[in-house]
Order: sequence, then C-alpha cells, then structure tokens
Amino acid sequence: MPPFVYIFLGALAIVSALGVVIQRNPIHSLLSLIGTLLAVALLFIAEDAVVVGFLQIIVYAGAIMVLFLFVIWLLNLQAESGPTGHLGLKFVGWLGASALATELVFLLSPPHMQVQYAGAPKGYGSMASLAQKLFSEYLIAFEVTSFLLLAAIVGAVALARRIPTPAGEAAPAMEQPR
Amino acid sequence: MTPFNVTAINIVWLPILPMIVIAIAAMVVLLAGVRINEEDSEGLGWLTLAALFVAFILTLGIVGQSGVAFAGAISIDSFAAYFELAILIAAMFTVLMSLDYAGEHHIPGAEYYSLLLFSVLGMMLMATAGDLIIIFLGLETMSLSVYVLAGIARRDPKSNEAAIKYFLLGAFSTGFLLYGIALVYGATGTIKLGPIHTVLASGAMGSNRMLLLGIGMLLIGFAFKVAAVPFHMWTPDVYEGAPTPITAFMAVGVKLAAFAGFLRVFLVDLTPMTGEWSSVLWVVAALTMTGGNLMAIAQTNIKRMLAYSSIAHAGYLLVGMTAGAGAGGAILYYLVAYAFTNLGAFAVVIALERLGVPSNKISDYRGLGTRHPLLAGAMAVFLLSLTGVPPMAGFVGKFYLFYAALHQGYVGLVIIAVLNSVISTYYYFSVLVAMYMQEGGVEVSRLSARPALVAAIGLAAIATVVIGAYPQPYIGIASNAFHSASGAEGIHAASLEP
Repeated sequence: MPPFVYIFLGALAIVSALGVVIQRNPIHSLLSLIGTLLAVALLFIAEDAVVVGFLQIIVYAGAIMVLFLFVIWLLNLQAESGPTGHLGLKFVGWLGASALATELVFLLSPPHMQVQYAGAPKGYGSMASLAQKLFSEYLIAFEVTSFLLLAAIVGAVALARRIPTPAGEAAPAMEQPR
Repeated sequence: MTPFNVTAINIVWLPILPMIVIAIAAMVVLLAGVRINEEDSEGLGWLTLAALFVAFILTLGIVGQSGVAFAGAISIDSFAAYFELAILIAAMFTVLMSLDYAGEHHIPGAEYYSLLLFSVLGMMLMATAGDLIIIFLGLETMSLSVYVLAGIARRDPKSNEAAIKYFLLGAFSTGFLLYGIALVYGATGTIKLGPIHTVLASGAMGSNRMLLLGIGMLLIGFAFKVAAVPFHMWTPDVYEGAPTPITAFMAVGVKLAAFAGFLRVFLVDLTPMTGEWSSVLWVVAALTMTGGNLMAIAQTNIKRMLAYSSIAHAGYLLVGMTAGAGAGGAILYYLVAYAFTNLGAFAVVIALERLGVPSNKISDYRGLGTRHPLLAGAMAVFLLSLTGVPPMAGFVGKFYLFYAALHQGYVGLVIIAVLNSVISTYYYFSVLVAMYMQEGGVEVSRLSARPALVAAIGLAAIATVVIGAYPQPYIGIASNAFHSASGAEGIHAASLEP
C-alpha cells in the first residue's frame, strides 16, 4: 500500500474519531463514527484482510449503527446544550484518559516497537479460505448457528407480540370444563 | 488454492440424525401452528411427542458406537447416547404435562412446542459435542429457548419476572463460559476436546496462568447452569415464576445437558488438570449442598422448595465430580434417578394447581392422602426418592455416589453430604406430614380429564421404583456410558489432523 493512502486513511479515522467525542449532536457523532469505521475497514482491505474489512462495514457500519440510530430515535436524544456531569466524574474521566495515553506512549517507545511482522500465509483470511473452513471443519457449528438464530427470532416474536385478548378476559371463561 | 474437499471431515449421519429429526420437527410445528387456533394446541403437542419418540428410537442406534465425526465437532459414544436418551425422556414427560396445561393457560402452542424442540436440540448438541464451540452453541440454543419458555405465560407477571431474571443472569454467565473457552483455546491452541486433552496430558502447559484462568471461567459458566452455590440466586425465582411444565424441564433437562457438558469437559478432557480444579469443586460442592438444603427448609411454596432441593441435588452431583472419573458411572445413574423423581414431583404440582389461582403452597397438600390416595402415594414415592429412602432410585443413586466419593478418599465431603441428606429429610417429610396427617388443603379437580398428566405421574413413579429396586442393569449402563467417553481418547488423538 502506498504510504500516502495509509496516512490519509489513518488521519481520516483519527479525525472522525475526534468528531465522535467533540460533536454535541448525537446524530453528528454517529456519522463521525461511521466515518471512522469505514476508514478502518478500508485499511483492513488494503492490507488484504478483505473479509475482516467487509465484516467491519456490514456488521458495524451497517447493523450496529442502525441499532444506535434506533436508540437515539427511541429515546429522542437532543443535542446537549452545555457541559454536563459532575466535576468528580470529569476528574475520573481525565484520569482514565491520561492512564491510557501513558500506556500508549510507553508501548510506542523504541524498546517495545521492535515487532517483527512475519506476514500471514498467502490466502490467509481470504473469503475462500474462510468459506472452506466454515463449510468443512466448522460445518456443524455453522448450521447450528442458524438454528440458534431461528430460535432467537421465534422467541423474540413470542415475547414481543401483542397479547391476544381472549373472548371474555374478565369473565371466568377460563374455568370452562373441557 | 486447494480444491473444496468436504470428504476429509468425516461426515457421519448416524449421530446427528436424531438432532436433524428434532430440528425439522421444530420447524414443522412452527409452520403448522400458523393454521391452528392458539388455545387449541394439543395436536401440536402430540406432533412434538411423536418427533421426540422418533428421535429416541434413532438415538438408540448410537449406543455402543465410538469415534468422532465432522472433523472432531461431534463425539460418537455411549456417553452422548445416554444423555440424549435421558434428555429426550425428560422432554417427552414435559410434553405430556403440557398437553392440557398450555391450552388452559393461554400459552401460544406453536411457539411453545417449537421452542421446546429447539432447546432439546441444544441440549442434545451439548451431550454429543466434540469441541468447545459446539458446547457453547448447544448451550446458547438451549438457554435462549428456555429463557423465552420461562416467560411464555405472558399474562402472569411472575412468569415475566422469571424470564427477565433468567435472561440477564444467564447472558452474564454465558459471557464467563465464552471467555473461558477463548482463554483455553488461546492457551492450548486448539478448540477440540480430544486434542486439548492430548496437549494437557503431555504436560507441556504446566500451570499456565491463561489456561488456569480459562478453566476457572469454564467452571463458573457451568456452575451457573447447574445452579451451584454461589451462582444459584436465579433458581428459586425462575423456578417459581415459570410455567410448571417448563420448571420441570429446567430442573431436569437443562440440568442433564449442563452436566453432560460439565462432565465431558472436566471429567474427561481436563483430567490432566484435576489437581487444579478439584479443590475448588470441593468447596463449591459443600456450599451447594448446605446452602440448598438450609434454604429449602424455610420455603412454604412447593415450587421454591423443589428449586432449592434441585440446588442441593446439584451439590450431591458435584461431590461425585470432585471424586473424579471413578464416580462417573454413579453420577450418570444419579442424574437419571433425579430426572424421573423430579419430573414426577412437578407433575403432581401441576395436578394440584388450581386454574387461575395457582398458589403452590405446601399447605395445599393437606389431607391429600385421604382425598386422592393414588396421587398422594405417587408424591410420597417422589419425596422418599428425593430424601434417599430405599428402595427408591434416589437412595441407590446417593449410595453409589457417596460410596464412590468415599472410595476416592473424600471422607470429609461425604460426611457433609450425609449430614445434608439428613437435613433434607425435614422439608421433604413436612410435605408427607401435610399429605397424611393434616386436614384441609385444596380440592384436586378434573384429574380424570387430564389423562396425559396422570400418565406422566404414573410412569415417573414406576420408573423411580423400578430403577431403584432393581438398579444393577442401570448402574451397568451408566458406568459403560461414562467410560465410553473417557475411553475414546485414543480416537480423539488419532483425529488430530492434518
């Protein structure tokens, strides 16, 4: 990958990530988050991790973002007018952030940065190799997962649908002898 | 790129045929239910019963086989067959109890029976799993279905409460199990049970911290599902709130499946690490027995009492697990004895539930002995079996279990177990006293209109007495079944491809 592509995508991801935190309107934050996820997905694809890249787009930028959108819509969240939260809470937040920053600096300092990247074997992580694994070694697990999802859907419908009101809910119709 | 080669994974249809039948039946029930009036679900129940019976017959074909299939994902052995048969029996009893109950309580039949079948599918997968992924997926399929089944009586606030409590705590514990699986995979480099055993047996791991953490988390995940103290908090509320046939199914089916996974992972494949986890299990077993029994004494609701009693029985089973593979046969026998006894006891509870106002008070049982001598007699059989009085199955189970633990040198734990057994006499006998020596209580109505329920009670009582009075063949079957799992190591190791 040409370095300028890497730098461009990396910068895009970081700027979007900052946008998530800085924006006051939750919808704007959400859009920034999508930007970050897309940039990271492109980085994955550029590194030949095609499956991971597309999963990132489909699962995160697609499904999970829609879920976020639903929550925002459901709770009717508005743009925050001003700074909120206790001073103590902010202090804890700063403490956590600086701890993470320290860790990052520590890890990126020269003695820790001598990672040898051996490179994945050719075809590793490609759609074809993934499919082969899924439909041979993990065939049963793959099929069972679909039943797990089916059971989950049936269960969700069973619990969430409107309770049908039987004839004579108030009257003791339930006591009818069979 | 290598051509797509599916033959290398050793597809064998025999071991998964019963599960395919169950899966198809679940979908058929779901589709058939569309055309059926909600209150009129008895036909779906019979369909479910027929599917379970077919699966039962097909499972008999696995007995005596050995090996692994689907690249090690499925274990074929008598251990799997034993648990699958027990699970299918438990499910059949549950259907017999539900045939009238579902209609009476406005439970949507299509969802009810299809979720029941889905959970049976998950349980059977746990019993036959050959790798940790299948154990996890089986557990999830089972749990998700049972969470919903616990809350399927939607008009009943207690049922809703049971579902939400079970779901939240269950999802949390599943996280532990999954994290444990990930850590064990990370430490050993394989997800398949046989190869994990091979890696551990070679001693190369030593006491790797990641491995120990993973084993600990697996232990927590399984301990939650078998309702061991201190992971038992959900049990009384969920057992009380769920529709009673589902309570029976949870107390028996879920426990059978959870112990199937627990035994296969810990007593078969993690045996090289026994020294690390058996002392933890010792403490958990002692706490579970004592906690379950002491809390059961204070209960006035029969479902809650039986919930705490099931915790106590999980404790006795953990005594066997602490003793190790030597107690394997005794554990398997005990599980089946416990299954029949509890299924019967919950069926009697259903018989006494008054429509609309199910109080489930122990005081409801007053005078049952004079009004319904047969029903009271069946309940007496189940209670005596739970206490461990000969010649009931519960006595033989306890005897073999404690004997095996004693044989392995766990004298202290066996003393605690026997003392607990004595404590348990108090609350089991308080129901007997209410039935035979007190007056008042509720009238049992329409028993003659519910032949399926009567059949379930009768069959459970007969089974409890028969396998207790003449235990030898069943002990033999249980013992062979357990050793078929541990004996399959050679085949496990041989399949370590490529």
